[in-house]
Amino acid sequence: MALKEAIAGTLESGDIMVTIGPGKGLQVNLQSSVAAQFGRQIKAVITETLEGLGIQDAQVDAIDKGALDCTIRARVTAAAVRATGKDVWKD
Amino acid sequence: MMFVPGNNPGMMADAHIYGPDSIMLDLEDSVTMAEKDAARLLVHNALKSIDYGGTEMVVRINPLNTPYGKKDVEAVVKAGVDVIRMPKTETADEVRELEAEILKVETEIGRVGETKIMAAIESALGIVNAFEIATASKRMMGIALGAEDYSANLKTNRTPGGAELLLARETIVVAARAAGIACFDTVYSNLDDMETFRKEVELIKTLGFDGKSIINPRQIEVVNSVFTPTEKEINKARAVVAAIKEAQAKGSGVIAVNGKMVDRPVVLRAERTIALAIAAGVISEEEAL
Repeated sequence: MALKEAIAGTLESGDIMVTIGPGKGLQVNLQSSVAAQFGRQIKAVITETLEGLGIQDAQVDAIDKGALDCTIRARVTAAAVRATGKDVWKD
Repeated sequence: MMFVPGNNPGMMADAHIYGPDSIMLDLEDSVTMAEKDAARLLVHNALKSIDYGGTEMVVRINPLNTPYGKKDVEAVVKAGVDVIRMPKTETADEVRELEAEILKVETEIGRVGETKIMAAIESALGIVNAFEIATASKRMMGIALGAEDYSANLKTNRTPGGAELLLARETIVVAARAAGIACFDTVYSNLDDMETFRKEVELIKTLGFDGKSIINPRQIEVVNSVFTPTEKEINKARAVVAAIKEAQAKGSGVIAVNGKMVDRPVVLRAERTIALAIAAGVISEEEAL
């Protein structure tokens, strides 16, 4: 699936800023103040969300500010929709 | 009903902690055009994942005549929202159009009839059509005033006393009561003036509103304190209800309590006072008997 670089989310508390661009395989680079405790879980949510959208190849840069899993899923999906141009809710 | 911007996940996660009766996640005016898609996804995922307990969950969608409205309906109905708040409602046909969109999505997911509608009335035309709007759908649970757009539409400004809103407020209460649904007043935006806010809440309670829209958790306590019956009011209501029950048992319809005649409207008011006291948690259902 062709990707252009796209961003979703903010750097406000409780949010996560996700940047998605072209890559080989799913590469996730995470910055988070809770990376030691939840880094593996956050990365798992990011990769599961992308795989669920059929994206196997992407470079993902995520800056986490204490986002819940549902927020991570929403921001990754929004970035993926913007990167692919394919909406999850069709017209 | 506490308004929470639909693109702010921190606020969305914490909103129910403050104990509002309902939370309205907003996809409309508080979200920029560029973020409509992201906010929709955020609200969808929050509704599916966050346990809001017994708090009623409302989402204000974008109007159906924008590129966002129908996608908003699909996203929030699929996430199991309790109520869709329809902004800038002007006609009954608009309500029926929303109803058809909701039914389409509900049919797809096998959840027909679960989603309710609240119509926000925010223009002179909407006020003129208030009763038709209130009765346009059996899903309609309440109508609400949106005062910022309404006063702009009237070509006036909002004032602390709210004279410019009087007709709209009374029309909304009357339309809601005639339709047998709830009615909610508009927001008060100045968080630094709690005194005027309290006066406004007292005014709208007197007019007959069921509740007030708020924009900050600090406003919850004021609304609850105005709407929660006092101990004296509760005791009086219990005396009325007890007396009418006793009279009915004896086959009499009209009675006197403390020297004042008690007939049906007085009983209805007493029952509403007790219902409010139970809802506010100041008495239990057993204590109300």
